[in-house]
Amino acid sequence: MNERKQVVLAGLSGVIFSIGLVLAGMTRPGKVVAFLDFFGDWDPSLAFVMGGAATVYLLTFQGLAKKRDTPLVAPVFHLPTRKDIDVPLIVGGGLFGIGWGLGGFCPGPALSSLGTGSFDVATFVVAMFAGMGLRSILKRRSAVHDGSTQTA
Amino acid sequence: MESFTPIASLIGGILIGISSALLLMFNGRIAGISGITGALIEPSTGAGERGWRIAFVLGLVVTGFIAAIVSPTAFESTIDRSTVAIVLAGLAVGFGTRTGSGCTSGHGVCGLGRLSGRSLAAVLTFITTGAITVFVVRTVFGGSV
Repeated sequence: MNERKQVVLAGLSGVIFSIGLVLAGMTRPGKVVAFLDFFGDWDPSLAFVMGGAATVYLLTFQGLAKKRDTPLVAPVFHLPTRKDIDVPLIVGGGLFGIGWGLGGFCPGPALSSLGTGSFDVATFVVAMFAGMGLRSILKRRSAVHDGSTQTA
Repeated sequence: MESFTPIASLIGGILIGISSALLLMFNGRIAGISGITGALIEPSTGAGERGWRIAFVLGLVVTGFIAAIVSPTAFESTIDRSTVAIVLAGLAVGFGTRTGSGCTSGHGVCGLGRLSGRSLAAVLTFITTGAITVFVVRTVFGGSV
């Protein structure tokens, strides 16, 4: 029963997320690139996107979620627990930034833009999934390797 | 040229925040797009873990489809990128977000909202490398790659 509620809620969340991305200008690759162009014709708009979104989230998380033991329609909160700043975090984040600046898309806006039927967007999304798949394969291989040699 | 749109961007950002807050309060999940989609292509992801992820992605894609009909200009691209550049960009975004455990949404919205030091480090890193990339594309390649 609750699983159905979770699916409906996630769908609704995806709809609102997508409307937000479109209104914010995140589905215009040129706007993303202009935000990252600090030393050129800088467009600071996207700072308002991240600032607005993170503020709403901060208030919800600190004010509401922290006071509850469980979410409303699921048994437990699935929250990250790690605190260490490790090499994969920085290398991965760095690579992501390069792709973000090169293509003007991060994952959400790319998926939102699929409906335009643009060849470029479809190409980006296929390549993005390929990149995710490649990482997944490498991670599983190294996990097997680590299991036998006890490195890592 | 892109014009400065603080009000529209702030409203869009607030909606993204509300969407992420809903997913947290009701489902107890982080609204990280790379995490939600990345888990869908992991063979180890169980059937019970797939339903809500597929629903979220469908909501994202279908809404975008409708928005593209209502307001095609919201999806205009004013940058000049070859197919090779787009493929490289997609690969870097996919591989990078899964390696670094998140993207603009997971680290930039939820992570910063949870006051996570890891997410702050990730955000500073991807904005820095993104800015360097854009700078190099503009100055070395004349804005066209």
